[in-house]
Amino acid sequence: MADKNGTSLLRSLFNAWSWLFLILILGFFEIYAQTQTGSTFLFRIYNLQSISVAASQILLLALGLTLVIVAGHIDLSIAFSTGFAAVIMAMIIRAAGPDAGWLIVLLAMGAGILAAAMVGLVNGWLVALLNVPSFIGTLGTYGIARGVALIAAGGATVSIRNDHARAFGNGTILGLPIPLVTAAILALACHYLLKHTRFGVHTYALGANRASVERAGVDVKKHLILLFLLSAITAGIGGLIYTSRFSAGAANAGEPILLYAVAAVFIGGASLTGGQGTITGTVIGAFIIAVIQFGLVFCGLPPYWQFVAVGLVIIVAVLVDQSKDRIVGGRS
Amino acid sequence: MSALLKIDGLKKRFGGNEAVSNVSFEVNAGECVVLAGDNGAGKSTVIKMISGVYQPTAGKVWMNGELLTGKTPEAVRSAGIETIYQDLALADNLDPGLNLYLGRERTRKVLGLPFLDRKTMREDAVEVMKSLGITVPDPTAPVREMSGGQRQAIAIARAIHWQAGLVIMDEPTAALGVPEQREVMALIERLKKKGVGIILISHNLPDIFAASDRIIVLARGIVAGERRPAETNDEEIVRMMMGATL
Repeated sequence: MADKNGTSLLRSLFNAWSWLFLILILGFFEIYAQTQTGSTFLFRIYNLQSISVAASQILLLALGLTLVIVAGHIDLSIAFSTGFAAVIMAMIIRAAGPDAGWLIVLLAMGAGILAAAMVGLVNGWLVALLNVPSFIGTLGTYGIARGVALIAAGGATVSIRNDHARAFGNGTILGLPIPLVTAAILALACHYLLKHTRFGVHTYALGANRASVERAGVDVKKHLILLFLLSAITAGIGGLIYTSRFSAGAANAGEPILLYAVAAVFIGGASLTGGQGTITGTVIGAFIIAVIQFGLVFCGLPPYWQFVAVGLVIIVAVLVDQSKDRIVGGRS
Repeated sequence: MSALLKIDGLKKRFGGNEAVSNVSFEVNAGECVVLAGDNGAGKSTVIKMISGVYQPTAGKVWMNGELLTGKTPEAVRSAGIETIYQDLALADNLDPGLNLYLGRERTRKVLGLPFLDRKTMREDAVEVMKSLGITVPDPTAPVREMSGGQRQAIAIARAIHWQAGLVIMDEPTAALGVPEQREVMALIERLKKKGVGIILISHNLPDIFAASDRIIVLARGIVAGERRPAETNDEEIVRMMMGATL
């Protein structure tokens, strides 16, 4: 009995490690700020806003991706679903001229999401109906979406001048940046979908054992198509925010974030073999990366150190996951 | 008394190869019939023709007098025949309740939105398992943490929870240790007491004699013989499996 309690305590510690890690790095940067510069890291609105906006950008790529990874697949094309949506939105607003009103901006956003959704449909078709491994299939659409977006944009960044779009990307609601609010709403929706619906259960079961859901009468092909569609659409929304924030649509808008999005999902407790992972975990993972990104620059290190640091955290996350399986998981 | 399941003259040809030539038998409610036979005797093919996975080249299957031949696997399941495969088809990362209800999960409305009713599904799982004589140590833990016998019980619970009249089990003890094999044998006894008919596929002789009310031996696609366990012995069964028709 004592042994059993010990195991469950260990299990909760392992499950909470990403929380502990986030608190640890926040504490580290706060101590650094207090002792080295006599200022504060945590208690300054500017810092918190910068971190939360960076985390939101990562999250918009990582949320749909979490469900795809839980189902035992991967979606590499999200980086360019983001870019595709960003370019399409920018091109329409640009064509409409600087006086384009709210309606045109909303229409352009809708078109951007549709463009991203097309990438998702192609992914779903490849993986679900043609049985192409998702790593290869989405690597292919990664290239195609990148090429099409670059061709459409003429190889350049499509800059726009539109106050409505800029307000969407840089404004606040109740003092919170709109990108953060958007990411928070989508995170809640994805959390509900994964944790509380039948669709979510089927996603977990699909990641653990495809035969279990197939024999339970679930339409696995349709399920997979919906997952890739969801992943492309959340990434596409990331593209809309990019265009609005920077008043420019770039085909490679999502490219630097892809690694971070994948990392956030795995730091959050997902497993490459599927069947594991949560939206809460992914949110913490995104914040860990955003804090490292901002914190290292805050400490005066060249920004390139963030790649090294995030790479190390990914490896630590995998090691923690493995030792968890060895110590408390597995069959008795 | 009419039989629960009746199969008549089943035949299955794959190209030029006849896997099953002529198989007929019946299963009554509360009875365990063992299909015995060597590898390649046609056991799995017969099972797949019953469960609707294969359509027979000739012959018919009835359940409670309803003709099943030509129906889809889903239709056969809703007619009350559940097949438990060797791999059990469990989702190891989910708890027993979700495995019990997989594909037919229960939800309740909160503010108009459907939420999974995990608690009710868990309670139902504990209840069904209890009726099979199995205590679930922790109903919130994923089923991968359970023993082989308990996992088998979840697969069986899933079958009977949906009112299966007939359960087909494919080598249920193949991957289990000795204590767990005994657990499964006890499960089969309890299923019989509930009036469920069972077809058990096995080539493990102790299992065959322990569980069965009748033994049907298949050899090279035909019924090589049918015996009650009390009327026969290991030696005769093996001889029939080897193809010496008596």
